[in-house]
Amino acid sequence: MGIIKAAKLIFEYISRDEQDNIDEVSRAIDNLDLDIKEGDFVAILGHNGSGKSTFAKHINAILLPTEGTVWVSGMDTADDSSLLNIRKTVGMVFQNPDNQIIGNIVEEDVAFGPENIGVTTDDIWKRVDESLKAVGMTAYRLKSPNKLSGGQKQRVAIAGIMAMKPKCIVLDEPTAMLDPNGRKEVINTVRQLNEQENITVVLITHYMEEVIKADRVIVMDDGNIVMDGTPTEIFSHVDELKRYRLDVPQVTELAHELKMAGLDLPEGILDIDEFVKYLMPAIKQGIKQ
Amino acid sequence: MTKDAKKDIIMRAEKLNYIYSRDTAFEHYAVKDVSFDIKNEEFIGIIGHTGSGKSTLIQHMNGLIKATSGKIFFHDTDIYSEGYDMKKLRQKVGLVFQYPEHQLFEIDVLTDVCFGPKNQGLDDEQAKERARYALSIVDIPENFYKKSPFELSGGQKRRVAIAGVLAMKPEILVLDEPTAGLDPRGRDEILDKVSQLRESEHMSVVLVSHSMEDVAKYVDRLMVMSDGRKVFDDTPKVIFRHYKELEKIGLSAPQITYIIKRLREEGLDLDEGITTIEEAREAILGLLKNNKGLDDI
Repeated sequence: MGIIKAAKLIFEYISRDEQDNIDEVSRAIDNLDLDIKEGDFVAILGHNGSGKSTFAKHINAILLPTEGTVWVSGMDTADDSSLLNIRKTVGMVFQNPDNQIIGNIVEEDVAFGPENIGVTTDDIWKRVDESLKAVGMTAYRLKSPNKLSGGQKQRVAIAGIMAMKPKCIVLDEPTAMLDPNGRKEVINTVRQLNEQENITVVLITHYMEEVIKADRVIVMDDGNIVMDGTPTEIFSHVDELKRYRLDVPQVTELAHELKMAGLDLPEGILDIDEFVKYLMPAIKQGIKQ
Repeated sequence: MTKDAKKDIIMRAEKLNYIYSRDTAFEHYAVKDVSFDIKNEEFIGIIGHTGSGKSTLIQHMNGLIKATSGKIFFHDTDIYSEGYDMKKLRQKVGLVFQYPEHQLFEIDVLTDVCFGPKNQGLDDEQAKERARYALSIVDIPENFYKKSPFELSGGQKRRVAIAGVLAMKPEILVLDEPTAGLDPRGRDEILDKVSQLRESEHMSVVLVSHSMEDVAKYVDRLMVMSDGRKVFDDTPKVIFRHYKELEKIGLSAPQITYIIKRLREEGLDLDEGITTIEEAREAILGLLKNNKGLDDI
């Protein structure tokens, strides 16, 4: 069993009328099975309403299964007595940085989490130091969060999670509100935590270029997993992705279009170097014919 | 400038300055010395990093923020002149904020979209007619009219919120990052729709965006903001050639621009100004057809 495992997971949102009678039941997760290996960088793609965020909220027991089971490090999330340990194991970062910051200065904000779980004062400061260093925000530790850019705020939010020493971080569209530089900052930070601190990362995003370096990409549709593979495997299916309302990076799409027009190129090209490497011989070959 | 070209301009701003916290230690120019014009049926993009002044600038366009100095003319009338009808300006220049669906509040979709036209002084029937018109423009079908806005998907909510502004029949539609948080198809749907509005409804559109790919694909003209100043104002093609300068101010060019640059370095004869997938595809296939530009390989 990996660090996160879901078996036959079903989740239904139930809306009730004024008399508390069940008005409508909508199934957001429909019989989902998933096993995530410790230390992996896993990206989850899917259109609005595909069930990604609902699933993410199961990973640290914000939502509990209607049916089926979710385990985090072997702990059943439906087991009340494990709740604190689950929340210590999995930290969550959300879309809007302004909703997640509570401290008056950066270091206070980062200290909030460990203080809440009863870490000793000396140890809190040590964790604050380490976490700010890990996200590259040490220089801002005495600044007011108000004065930070969106990308910096998200890095502070991530430091706050790191200070709880989690094994896994789940990020639900952490870059949706950021400018291109802010997006890069956050994604590079997350990648570093994954590579250097061996933190398991689950990244939910609508930006295809953010997932090309993931170990594994999962595509969700209608509350279940419809594609699961490496970025190269997933982005080899341009038309299928588009059917799921998704997209591919521009370089992948250009290569796909040229292949369709008869050039000898592989599917699933993810970056410019790879594209150039395959395109130049393909063009030479095209000329000879 | 010919007489006709001048007639085309519907909004003109001259040397706008906006200072936050004036006469305090925090005094700060959010907008500095910015002039621009907006022509009829023009699609203008505004890009710039967070804090570059984009959002402050667009709030000048409908009078929500009054410039510290400088002038704005709407149809040749100074909006800061005495007795100017600001309420009317706000109807003629429709501003859609970021995450506009957070401002949906009525009991059902149709009532929510009626809110604007009712405020304009239209009676119930007229307001409903406008709301139906606006909802049909954004492809919200009739069986949604009686639904609560909160039952809709993210993309649908966003379209209803935009309909709320369209129902006031603005001449200029200003959108602040209308695609943030939407899935890729949802992004295309909104921008395709907005793009059509220019011709079908004779509207000018101003789009604030963080996506270089989107502005390259959709807009006619691009204004680039940095530290409160307008640093570029030209077609996307011309502006994205300056990708190095854009990177210095926290922006970039679409990935296609970088692909073309690499292929040019490899010796392919491709036009520097290519910014979309479609153009790149045509250009590369064109090379093959003509056996051109491969002498050095």
